[in-house]
Amino acid sequence: MDRNVTDRWIALYVENEVGVLAMVSGLFSGKSYNLRSLTVGTTERDDISRMTIEVESDDITFEQIKKQLNTMVEVIKVIDLTEVKMHMNEIMYAVIPGIDTEKKSEVFRIAQVFHLKPIDIDEHTVMLLSSLAPDKNDDLVKLLKRTFHRIEITRGGAVAVESLNNK
Amino acid sequence: MDITGRKLFVRALQEEGVDTLFAYPGGMINELTDELYKADSIRVVLGRHEQGVVHEAEGYSRETGRTGVVLVTSGPGATNTITAIADAHYDSIPLVVFTGQVPQNLIGNDAFQEVDIVGMTHSVVKYGVTVRNRDDLGRIIKMAFFIASTGRPGPVLIDIPKDIQIQSGSSEYPDTVDIRGYKPISGVHIGQLKKAYKLLSQAERPMILAGGGINIGHANEALTEFVHKMGLPVVTTIMGRGAIPTDDPYFIGNLGLHGSFASNKAVSECDVLFSIGTRFNDRITGDLNEFAPHAKIIHVDIDTSSISRNVVVDVPVVSDAITALVKMMEWAKPLKIQSWIEEINNLKSEYPLEMKKKKETLCPETIIDGINTCFKEATVVTDVGQHQMWTSQFLAMRKGTKLITSGGLGTMGFGLPAAIGAKIADPDRCVICITGDGGMQMNMQEMATAVTNNAAVIICIFNNQYLGMVRQQQQLFYGKRYEITCLRRRTGCSPDCKGPSDACPPYVPDYVKWADSYGVSAVRVESEEAIIPTFEQAEKVTKAKKIPFLIEFMISSDELVLPMVKNGSPISDMIL
Ligand SMILES: Cc1ncc(C[n+]2csc(CCOP(=O)(O)OP(=O)(O)O)c2C)c(N)n1
Ligand SMILES: [Mg+2]
Repeated sequence: MDRNVTDRWIALYVENEVGVLAMVSGLFSGKSYNLRSLTVGTTERDDISRMTIEVESDDITFEQIKKQLNTMVEVIKVIDLTEVKMHMNEIMYAVIPGIDTEKKSEVFRIAQVFHLKPIDIDEHTVMLLSSLAPDKNDDLVKLLKRTFHRIEITRGGAVAVESLNNK
Repeated sequence: MDITGRKLFVRALQEEGVDTLFAYPGGMINELTDELYKADSIRVVLGRHEQGVVHEAEGYSRETGRTGVVLVTSGPGATNTITAIADAHYDSIPLVVFTGQVPQNLIGNDAFQEVDIVGMTHSVVKYGVTVRNRDDLGRIIKMAFFIASTGRPGPVLIDIPKDIQIQSGSSEYPDTVDIRGYKPISGVHIGQLKKAYKLLSQAERPMILAGGGINIGHANEALTEFVHKMGLPVVTTIMGRGAIPTDDPYFIGNLGLHGSFASNKAVSECDVLFSIGTRFNDRITGDLNEFAPHAKIIHVDIDTSSISRNVVVDVPVVSDAITALVKMMEWAKPLKIQSWIEEINNLKSEYPLEMKKKKETLCPETIIDGINTCFKEATVVTDVGQHQMWTSQFLAMRKGTKLITSGGLGTMGFGLPAAIGAKIADPDRCVICITGDGGMQMNMQEMATAVTNNAAVIICIFNNQYLGMVRQQQQLFYGKRYEITCLRRRTGCSPDCKGPSDACPPYVPDYVKWADSYGVSAVRVESEEAIIPTFEQAEKVTKAKKIPFLIEFMISSDELVLPMVKNGSPISDMIL
């Protein structure tokens, strides 16, 4: 059997109620599904939240994950984003401390190339804001690690939405 | 006009037609029980432990097909229910469990008897929620009953903080609910069902596998008729036993780790396996890679998430059992599979399902045969262990027989309270509890519930002085090292005991004396001749006195449940 283990994406509409996030994440831990990232925020309706979920799984497990999510009363809709064109971005803050003027200009060069926003600065530190796709953020983190002595990264997890031209 | 939450609670139960509530009191439900005091239409049964209370509600539900309803207090009252809620979850039993909760301003404070019961149970309920607004109370109770009983049934837990119980709000109890995240399946995809039928009708070696879904969905007669129309052999899971009568010529036997030789072999040889209402639990399949290796698999189930979960299915059909069977009946034509049927019958006679009788001791099969002889119509409720497997092997399932057992979770302590619940639901029916000497002790406090509620169950303890099911594993696979399975063992026994001898200490408790302390008659049976007369006496006494009757059957410690598939082996590989 071809296991075909890869990253997959799901968008989930859920009731905006106390405990729903815990129940959704609890499903993943309880059934040993490999949850990679989960973000949640409200929608245009106060009573509905939307989650973006990244899992690593094979085909069969992924089918099961979607079914299990569907059986939850609090889950309103499950959208499989794996085969869908989508926009996906992730907020990431990168702090590069302890740098001199020369290193600072290196930071700004990188910011320019990657379309990052320098959003805070002091004598020896620069803070960048990235809203790239998560895999681009991965690359960026690698580059920053190679280039600078020390960095601090805060990642927000991916938020995905279907493209308008999917039909 | 506004009413209090406690009033709406009772009103909701009445609107739902609840006639029996299984309950145990405590501080956070005093408001609710006080309101129940005034409601004469609801019988409130006081159990003796919350686990027992929930098992009683399960028994009530399995006997009637209706939703079992439970009320317990917060904290320890709530946590005591968890095992039984999980049991209901795995066996798809509709329950609505109400737990009291500390007032909302104390939630999160580690207040006295505060626990996050909704968080603790979320993986073993179909739905669970804390009522946070008085105005949601009616809608949430309506949702609970709807969700518990529709689709694949299951337990729902509603946690009601004390402030909600007291607060005034709308008196309205809705007639219907629309839940955007819950749409139970109705109907069936005809195209898919046709595909399934076509595959089945072209089979040369077809087999039907019937699970508990047939019993839950009351599809027994539809299945029997369908099977006869096409001439198909049937195997069942333990939860599916009785899907067709066990004396039906097309019934082959149980499938699985203690399945019959013929069933396990035939499933391993079949070319189309038509399964309905089962989730292919590991007790059924054995080694998954070797399960029905030559078969295309059709799977009909109401629960989408049960399909293609454990085995890869060729034709999935999402449907209620009865809907699918009734539809297929229109197409059904007899199959020409005579040689296959003969082959199966040969397997049956090669290794018929039977126990070897020992000279000196009572044979479990003979005891169950006694039940078959004495009780034409009965509900038999088992506990978990060897006695359960023997019952599932030898109990004759006729139209009037019902078997209630804990299949998915295998909860020791289920038997006695579930039997009590069944009897309370249906006092005129004969209810027999078959339990082990170990499992009996897990909820034996419920004897008081039985006595005080006129639940005249016939309790049969199969006393083999051991936790037999585990002992069997030790006997066969662990060099007879009977660690923590002997119920007679005491401080001072030899550290490397290899089994019973004359020097063994006496068994405790003495069940006959114990029963006597409840005013319950009890008989210890040690000979075959006593079996039938004792059952006759039990039937007479329970009818006349409306209290339980206890029979302790003394059986040998080393009886085995056979055939048996070793854990992880293919089901065709049996110890006979
Ligand atoms: C609550 C619980 N604890 C432990 C087990 C594991 N277990 C399964 S069967 C069994 C032995 C049951 O002994 P007894 O009730 O005497 O029945 P017997 O097998 O002897 O017929 C045990 C310990 C279980 N199923 N449930
Ligand atoms: Mg025993």
